[in-house]
Amino acid sequence: MDRYAQMFQRLDNDKQGAFVPFVTLGDPDMETSLEVIEALIAGGADALELGIPFSDPIADGPTIQKSAIRALDKGVSPKDCLAIIRRIRERHREIPIGLLLYSNLVLAPGIDEFYRQCAEAGVDSILVADVPIREGEPFMAAAKAQGIHQILIAPPNASEQTLQQIGELSSGYTYLLGRAGVTGTETAADMPASNLISKLHEVGAARPILGFGISKPEQVKAAIEAGAAGAIAGSATVKIIEQHLENKAMMLTRLTEFVAGMKAATNR
Amino acid sequence: MSKHLSTKFGDYGGMYVPELLIPALDQLEQAFIDAQQDPEFQQEFKSLLNDYAGRPTPLTRTRNLVSNPKVTLYLKREDLLHGGAHKTNQVLGQALLTKRMGKTQVIAETGAGQHGVATALACALLGLKARIYMGAKDVERQAPNVFRMRLMGAEVIPVNAGSGTLKDAVNEALRDWSASYQDAHYLLGTAAGPHPFPTIVREFHKMISEEIRAQILEKEGRLPDAVVACVGGGSNAIGAFADFIDTPEVQLIGVEPAGKGLHTHEHGAAIAKGTKGILHGAYSYIMQTPEGQIEESYSVSAGLDYPAVGPQHAYLHDIGRATYESVTDEEALNAFQILARKEGIIPALESSHALAHALNMADAAEQETLIVVNLSGRGDKDLAHVQQFLKGDSHNG
Repeated sequence: MDRYAQMFQRLDNDKQGAFVPFVTLGDPDMETSLEVIEALIAGGADALELGIPFSDPIADGPTIQKSAIRALDKGVSPKDCLAIIRRIRERHREIPIGLLLYSNLVLAPGIDEFYRQCAEAGVDSILVADVPIREGEPFMAAAKAQGIHQILIAPPNASEQTLQQIGELSSGYTYLLGRAGVTGTETAADMPASNLISKLHEVGAARPILGFGISKPEQVKAAIEAGAAGAIAGSATVKIIEQHLENKAMMLTRLTEFVAGMKAATNR
Repeated sequence: MSKHLSTKFGDYGGMYVPELLIPALDQLEQAFIDAQQDPEFQQEFKSLLNDYAGRPTPLTRTRNLVSNPKVTLYLKREDLLHGGAHKTNQVLGQALLTKRMGKTQVIAETGAGQHGVATALACALLGLKARIYMGAKDVERQAPNVFRMRLMGAEVIPVNAGSGTLKDAVNEALRDWSASYQDAHYLLGTAAGPHPFPTIVREFHKMISEEIRAQILEKEGRLPDAVVACVGGGSNAIGAFADFIDTPEVQLIGVEPAGKGLHTHEHGAAIAKGTKGILHGAYSYIMQTPEGQIEESYSVSAGLDYPAVGPQHAYLHDIGRATYESVTDEEALNAFQILARKEGIIPALESSHALAHALNMADAAEQETLIVVNLSGRGDKDLAHVQQFLKGDSHNG
């Protein structure tokens, strides 16, 4: 059963959009990471977007870079990350889990083997940040073979041809970029993205969820009003971890509150 | 848009970048294709190379360096090019492309500072605004080049992320570009990175091998038996090889930095010791852990201190058209001093790697051998560093 389709159906019935928080797996350490993810779910996250830490994250701004370094410093490996996902999946059968990572981590075990391990751990979708559509064929083929959605990015500068390809190839959801640049709340998402959203609708793309530069409930509300199926907040979520490294209880409370606040803004 | 250029060399290369950067790379490829067919562009490039940068550079026959009478060794004198290294060639080409695309700013990364200096001088000349990312550690150990860049009006931005060296500077330049591509060109400094950079950088350095061919034919009446060049990312080597790739009788030899030895983890020999993977947009040989995290490289020479190699070198290695050897810090430092003492030329530490291997070849030669070493840069920038090394009080790079 497709968890994204189920989620969108439930949200449509409730007249809501999706709120999807992102964190880096293993940040700040293995044990806390599991609690962090539980705190996000407790706050009402509709789906999860989880990163595997990589040494050279070229699409990420300073906040997510630092989270990857925290995890790598603790020796967190891709296998450890999948172990966290496996445990989350055992406790939460319904929630869609997306993985966000860089291509070299997929190549290391081999593309097919990596996707097989992800499917086995309970991953629903994979976004490879440095694989554009034109290099995507072997990744999409592996995803298809394992019943995983390969998530495609729709950037604000997408050519007509890229949009057509997103229409043909996207599944699960489409990651709509709110602006150019790298992840981070330093620059806010451009609103509304309604022009791009209607183009994606025309080409029959999977439903768009807006990310990059989302940190406030007003932005979530604006994204949904502009026609997005939801919003993703990465750096804003990760920042809460960074700000409370010395006080885990506070970290978890603030994460739950943050997600609840963002989720409350998803009513249509 | 129609595609004219192949994006890969065998399996190597490609465009492994965020979707957001694809339009900028496509625009660059188109501008490059158009410029290559535009006589006016070619004329302007050539006139800058000749009248500003000082091409053609001499091909110097060494007098005292080689004791084996069977061996003749020539140096291609890129060290005499304006800016102090071959880097100026392709920077002028890409700076002209920047203007052609109507962009006003240039982003660049630099390790030793040579590419940064070349970028700064080209931008000063052509009225472009340059911002140059440099690892914080490199900013510290390459202070004179930082001052040179700033003198010529470039902004130098220290990068603290990661290891604070060249690979982190490339990461930061790519991040900047993904927000600024509308007005800024990323002037990548080596024959690595996503397509079309490896092809553009090769074509804009190709005159090195074209000149070698013409000059050696004039002096010796025949082609060299071997062309030897150092390889970090591989820009000077691909320039020195390019015109000979289809001339199989000329042996092509790239020399990687073995640092403190290939048996240690402190080297930068991506072809010798690396495995296949993706770094900075290209599939190639890279230094990585079994899990795919990028490892830090090491070399006494900052310009070779890079954990990957340009994709065309990976391909030339696999098909056996070029061979890749390696040379330790110690051997390079020796060659550095020998060239100074015997010929009165102080080479860059990078180029000293190529020279060290050529000297080994010369010692071993049993028949008449004609060798050309691409002396990619001069050693002024390395003087303080080498002085410290020779005093024996610096082993931390």
